[in-house]
Amino acid sequence: MVEETPWGLRNVGVPHYEQFLHPVIKKNYGKWAYHEHVKPGVIKHVAESGDVLYTIRVGLPKYVSTQTVRELCDIADKYSQGYIKFTSRHSATFFATDEETVDKIIQEVESKGFPVGGTDHSLKSIINCVGWTHCHTAATDSPSIAKALYEALYDYFKSYDKLPERLKIAVSGCLNMCGATHASDIAIIGVHRKAPRVIDEDVKAFCSVPALVKICPKYAIRPKKGDPRSVEIDEEKCMYCGICYGECPGLPIHDPKNDGVSIWVGGKVPSTKKGPMNSRLVIPYLPNNPPHWPEVVDAVKKIVDFYVKYAEPDERLGETIERIGWEKFFKLTGIPFTDKHIDDYVFSYMEFRKGVTFKHT
Amino acid sequence: MSEEILKELEKGKWPSYVTEIRKAGYEGLLKVYGKALEDKMTHFIHGGMVGVKGYDAGVIGRMTDMPDVMKTSHLLRVIPPAGWFYTTEALRKICDIWDKYGSGVINFHGATANLQLVGIETEKIEDCFNELVKLGWDLGGSGPDFRTPAACLGPAYCEFAMIDTLDIYHEIVMSYIEDIHLPMHPYKFKVKISGCPNDCVAGAARADLAIIGTWRDNIKIDQEKLKEYPEEVIKMAVERCPTQCMKYENGKLEINDEECNKCMYCINLMPKALRVGDDRGATILIGARARGRIGSFLGWVLIPFMKLEKPYKELKDLMKKLLDWWDEVGNPKERIGETIYRIGMGKFLRDVGIEPVPQMIYRPRANPFWYYWPGEVE
Repeated sequence: MVEETPWGLRNVGVPHYEQFLHPVIKKNYGKWAYHEHVKPGVIKHVAESGDVLYTIRVGLPKYVSTQTVRELCDIADKYSQGYIKFTSRHSATFFATDEETVDKIIQEVESKGFPVGGTDHSLKSIINCVGWTHCHTAATDSPSIAKALYEALYDYFKSYDKLPERLKIAVSGCLNMCGATHASDIAIIGVHRKAPRVIDEDVKAFCSVPALVKICPKYAIRPKKGDPRSVEIDEEKCMYCGICYGECPGLPIHDPKNDGVSIWVGGKVPSTKKGPMNSRLVIPYLPNNPPHWPEVVDAVKKIVDFYVKYAEPDERLGETIERIGWEKFFKLTGIPFTDKHIDDYVFSYMEFRKGVTFKHT
Repeated sequence: MSEEILKELEKGKWPSYVTEIRKAGYEGLLKVYGKALEDKMTHFIHGGMVGVKGYDAGVIGRMTDMPDVMKTSHLLRVIPPAGWFYTTEALRKICDIWDKYGSGVINFHGATANLQLVGIETEKIEDCFNELVKLGWDLGGSGPDFRTPAACLGPAYCEFAMIDTLDIYHEIVMSYIEDIHLPMHPYKFKVKISGCPNDCVAGAARADLAIIGTWRDNIKIDQEKLKEYPEEVIKMAVERCPTQCMKYENGKLEINDEECNKCMYCINLMPKALRVGDDRGATILIGARARGRIGSFLGWVLIPFMKLEKPYKELKDLMKKLLDWWDEVGNPKERIGETIYRIGMGKFLRDVGIEPVPQMIYRPRANPFWYYWPGEVE
């Protein structure tokens, strides 16, 4: 409910969506017949009325400047009647009602350096959190990893028939997974590998000892012997989740020498076929190596090559691996299997293989 | 050295976020970020409490350990219009305000679904917000509150949409706007609305409450339009169907709809020839979250089918019941899925008065220990 307060308007909510809808959308709202992928980045939507709407998907970086927004607005004013839409994956959508305009939009946005693509069987825009550009918990730098991966996989964004199905990549700077990494085809997640350090005076100044004792999932934090206003950490129990650091600046977990990234594969969200799946760990650690991240890029390329080679048409990466078996995946990719891959936490039993059926590799 | 690393990040085919920060003239951020790349460690630290008067959410406080270069760089979360549709006029006005008070750097859109205005100093927040709010823009959720929901584009231009995702989003934002601004729950609560099982806003993976469009009657087949698809595509749909409920013989497709589990795979493959049915509504999943204290959860079935028509009373009643229950029994920093997992799905269903149905599970329990409630056994 909108409130007039002494300091201004409050609780106004959000402007109604109808004023932001292109006239063809407004006219055919809820009455669409089908869609077709006409070329990379372009989808043709046909309404029951026979009206046609083309949507053009434009890749954007994680951050855009107001100057760039205005340039994109100029293009939308010229060709999309002043309407523009953004997607859930950092990209922009332009509208057109004829193919000639589609080509003009593509030509103009690409001349500004923004690629058109990411529809159908392509690399979708890479989701990434802010990493070192704006976050205190990031163990790695998501935006520059995303950039390095875009450079390596650019052709898969720009095409729509070189991959068996869509490929969704996401990058998170830490285990908080703000980058939607736990259900992506390929996920890159920042990891710490050592327990937080305890800075007694900061813990005493800024943190609550009972809250810290309670918040640790592994009960690895307890009041410090002989100095109970600070804490001590049982390093053998710590699993480097970072929850305590999120609560308490006196427990810094950053370690430039040992922080790095892990790689996970096989997640998906849609309920199609076998339903949603979690991403699974395949590489527990690679070093932080900005700005070009060669180790991460090589690993992801290897996984994408595996996908292109072994997937059946229309199979997501996780579906391919589940079909051929994870033991086969490790063999075919040559990625080493270690003790880190075997779950030893709450849900571990579900992942152990029951019965005697598996492939000898 | 750090400037050289930043320059490297401005090369290549993909547009560079570093170039955009530079275009905005946000020198402080470039220096702090460049140093982070050089040191292989973030220079941001805990941000403290910042915000606008009257709200306890919507502004993310950020401070650096390089106060001489840039002390603070807070972030405003702005609730975007349903489905992230904008006019250029609206965007230009937001840009004007952001240039006046902030860094000129914008993120379309954050993982929280919000429009994120990145980089503002503490003392400018209030004035900046007061200009935004006059144009109808409000702050989104943060902390242990009802978060800004997310909705797919739905009926705007997708033929798969079985619920009016944009309208439901708008209705939820307007009904829960005070809850979005005042953190008062055990932890965050995220709602995501997808028009069909393809779930383009990833509710099944990321929403405490995922509302996903579905249907109950038969898939509509247009045998004539089916001929426009190559034989191998039709055969792939039949072979890959998870319930094996389709038959393709003599150029004709048949579906045994009683066996169909509404996964939508065949419709995705041949949208011209196959349409979802007319008895439409939503399946409601509960409990998804990225890594919690015990691991990641994908959402599970709470309500197999709910009709969703304006004014969405059944949905709102359900949300109220869930939040009331969770406020009562949830621990701090525990998402609702984790609370249910700790307390037990059986007790949860009984507490909130939802009938157990087999659609909620893959298979019944294998363990032999369960409970009777007081009064259930004489």
